[in-house]
Amino acid sequence: MVEKQHIVTAFDEDLATLNDMMARMGALAESQLFASTEALITRNPSNLDDIIKRDKELDDLEALLNEKVIEIIALRAPRAADLRRVIVALKVVSTLERIGDLAKNIAKRNKVILDTPLKTQMLPSIRTMTSMVLKMLNQTLDAYAEVDAVTALDVMEADIEVDKLNTVVFQSLIEEMSDDQEQLKIGPHLLFVAKNIERIGDHITGIAEQIYFLHHGEMPDQDRPKADGSSTIALS
Amino acid sequence: MMLSTPKIKSSGIIVEYDGKRALHGIDLDIYPNEVAALIGPSGCGKSTFLRCINRMNDVIDNCKVSGRLMIDDTDVYDPEIDVVELRARVGMVFQKPNPFPKSIYDNVAYGPRIHGLTENKDDMDRIVKKSLKRAGLWDEVSERLDDKALGLSGGQQQRLCIARAIAVNPDILLMDEPCSALDPIATSIIEELINELRERFTIVIVTHSMQQAARVSQKTGYFHLGNVIEFGETNDIFTRPQNEQTEAYISGRIG
Repeated sequence: MVEKQHIVTAFDEDLATLNDMMARMGALAESQLFASTEALITRNPSNLDDIIKRDKELDDLEALLNEKVIEIIALRAPRAADLRRVIVALKVVSTLERIGDLAKNIAKRNKVILDTPLKTQMLPSIRTMTSMVLKMLNQTLDAYAEVDAVTALDVMEADIEVDKLNTVVFQSLIEEMSDDQEQLKIGPHLLFVAKNIERIGDHITGIAEQIYFLHHGEMPDQDRPKADGSSTIALS
Repeated sequence: MMLSTPKIKSSGIIVEYDGKRALHGIDLDIYPNEVAALIGPSGCGKSTFLRCINRMNDVIDNCKVSGRLMIDDTDVYDPEIDVVELRARVGMVFQKPNPFPKSIYDNVAYGPRIHGLTENKDDMDRIVKKSLKRAGLWDEVSERLDDKALGLSGGQQQRLCIARAIAVNPDILLMDEPCSALDPIATSIIEELINELRERFTIVIVTHSMQQAARVSQKTGYFHLGNVIEFGETNDIFTRPQNEQTEAYISGRIG
């Protein structure tokens, strides 16, 4: 990557603004994800309303970032690594917005099951999944700022473990529901919570791929292994 | 793209002015029906290289060219070569439109006349019409071929110069900043024309506009301090150049 300054300093300022906005959006998506899953444990209704409300901030930031990218393309005609930087920003922004949507969905489901006792044994596993995904997101946001393709590849690798855990959680929740009818009140929502977390892992992997592209100018040359087997599990 | 042999093959071309090197050994292959754009900062040698292709550097005192430059099987620097014939084969269009102070018709007819390409007036009329059509100017001037060329707009004058160059049936067209004196509309018309002309000619264009290089060419070469730093597919040069100096230049960074 070329790190020298542009002759037109306003171009550097534009790119710095873009990076700052991306960092803000990344941090917000990260805190939304943390808060929505943490609420499974704390079961604090006011937190949940805050999360649902704060999703609009992500939407607004996405709109602002889209405008900024269009402005940079129109006014600065970026080329090579600069062009990749703004195009990747556009893609990452919509992915972060999607992560925010999934976090909001987790919060909404939390609200529905707020008054029902969580008798499931799967909370620790869901929490582990969340920790894994949060770590991936954190690493990815740092890797984006540093254009660190090596870390990006690590993140892609880490997503496999999230997929595997989701398969286990899915299977166990199904079993719990078939053993105990009471679990049907919360089980389907928890299935979606786990699936949302797994999807967020996929989205983060997508961002990691974009970081690799940002650095190398081409997409990673590999068929990403998938380990989410939940879609093929049948009730025995 | 590598199906044919190069139309222009430059091997170790060195140019010296008063013993001072302006080009340090240029190796470059340009293929038929391809537009090759040469970009780089002022003084990088891109125009000097362009002028090697039709021996325009011969007219500069104390300019010495060495190395080998082939057009098909012809050694351009063979002492036996007829330079006038070479320049008919390798047409050139300059930065500033430079029509002769003659009629539109006579500007185009000038080359075929001195090269004896026509038998009679009908022949000449056909060549003039065909050349003006290929240069995309015919519809604008067909009713006033006897008007003074200098009365045309800048963009029309430049297309007239292109018509004049192609009237003698060249293989290659060299263009040295052909649009830098033109407004954006006239520039677009010339760029569209370059794309059409590519079907018949091999085109080498020197331009300071990177957007223009990106728009009109299939290959781009980045020159710096008398060397070709990188030469490759235009798409690759502008999206993922291999060389850091190219990247710095095309993305507007201090090199």
